[in-house]
Amino acid sequence: MLILLGVAVVVAGFAAGFNPLLVVVASAFATGLAAGLSPVEVLEAFGKAFNDNRYVSAAWLILPVIGMLERAGLQERARDLIRGFRGMTFGRLMIGYLLLRQLTSALGLTSIAGQTQTVRPLLAPMAEAAAGEGLGEDDRQRVRALSAATDNIGLFFGEDIFMAIGSILLMVGFLDQSGVRLEPLDLSRWAIPSAIAAFAIHGARIVIFGRGLSRRTGT
Amino acid sequence: MIKLGVVYGLAGLVFAAYAILSIRDQTNPRRGRNALFWGLLAASFLAGDRFGDLGNGILVLILAVTAGVGRLGQGTGGGAALADRQTSALRFGNRLFLPALVIPVVVLFGTLVVKTWSLGPEPLLDPKQATLISLAAGAILAAGAAFALFRQPLITPLQEGRRLMDLVGWAALLPQMLAALGALFALAGVGRVVGDLVTTWIPMNTPAMAVVVYCLGMALFTVVMGNAFAAFPVMTAGVALPFLVHRFGGDPAIVCAIGMLSGFCGTLMTPLAANFNVVPTALLELKDRFAVIRAQIPTALPLLLINMVLMYVFAFRPHG
Repeated sequence: MLILLGVAVVVAGFAAGFNPLLVVVASAFATGLAAGLSPVEVLEAFGKAFNDNRYVSAAWLILPVIGMLERAGLQERARDLIRGFRGMTFGRLMIGYLLLRQLTSALGLTSIAGQTQTVRPLLAPMAEAAAGEGLGEDDRQRVRALSAATDNIGLFFGEDIFMAIGSILLMVGFLDQSGVRLEPLDLSRWAIPSAIAAFAIHGARIVIFGRGLSRRTGT
Repeated sequence: MIKLGVVYGLAGLVFAAYAILSIRDQTNPRRGRNALFWGLLAASFLAGDRFGDLGNGILVLILAVTAGVGRLGQGTGGGAALADRQTSALRFGNRLFLPALVIPVVVLFGTLVVKTWSLGPEPLLDPKQATLISLAAGAILAAGAAFALFRQPLITPLQEGRRLMDLVGWAALLPQMLAALGALFALAGVGRVVGDLVTTWIPMNTPAMAVVVYCLGMALFTVVMGNAFAAFPVMTAGVALPFLVHRFGGDPAIVCAIGMLSGFCGTLMTPLAANFNVVPTALLELKDRFAVIRAQIPTALPLLLINMVLMYVFAFRPHG
């Protein structure tokens, strides 16, 4: 039971608004000490795990080129492009992106889009442009947040349809250890009903949000 | 064989450049602190394997304290003025999208084609890391294309990269920190304890009850642990296999596939899934740290309910 102290530290620390990096370190110590490690052993275990997981932060290598494109006017061009399309509404843009993200993820192409590569430089400015001229600051923030959310939802509820994605392989491996033999395809095809449901629910929310937006901006 | 070490070396050099640019940035009142943060990260990428476990532990501790006690700063200069960007956007038009398209094309080519190439007996790319290696290659080639098209000074990618990196700040490191915490949780057996708790305290007499416990458990446990991969072995070994599959005869493929997706509903609702939910609030300059999660909850909750229904309806049909 005491082991769960680390989990409690995370929940309380995030809720109280402490810096998350410090919360994580505190939780690591709470967990390690509760498990009977000495402080030095905790530091060693955490240091090793940090070093082993550097690949997570290596993806930031993409920022310099995104910065070059932004400086050359990529966001502004993305906005102009959307304004130039007659009939391009907020709803059509976002639902189109959702569908595209789900379909490409289902083909295993999860890394071709993402928060850094596409949402900040392209989708968010396009969504703002599609939302129209009179966009207030609160609505602008909501539009951006919904852009980020749409990318996440498209990714999560598309990728499991692809057979060779990490989560499918994890399931196959784990079940095999537990004496249940399954092929990746057995699992991945059962991701399809939830993917359709995700598209329907999130798509409906986009439409409803878009209607509210056009009422408020008067377009 | 091209391994991750090459990518780490490159990332280390870029972070080192951010540290140097930070210390020279007169517009940032906390430039020393920023330089220390990116400098330590550079050291980790360039030489982390030589520090030893304790050395790395101390490094993480200093990183966390640097960013967590007090704050990182941000320079005010550097970014191009809106008018300049607009002029540039008009001048280059749709050619601006070309370098952006280079990245996915290279990632695709790398993961689908180059991954199958080999150099003598060895594959050319480390097969486990082909995506990240391809992403790094894509970033470099896209930068090359951008140089060719826009004729920006050589320092521009580093300056602009640092501007965006400072915008993200400490959140940039959170995903890696949480991954390390997950490893420590696994070491201490946190998952096992939670699984025991659930099965001890909640009666699972009917398939419907077990479906609810499994799906809800996957979502809640994912919220607490920050990722569905950590929740899956615990909840599946604790609830799905003994109850749903063995006692009630549910189809394991359907149970597990939908169970994992119930976990993904949890991922949409937790700040611990920092890459997806916290980093974007910094990247998009949102005032509310929970803005992305707030935008996701109204999709995640109904979807969780539908997952339960789907599992109940499909997993217990008579097997043909």
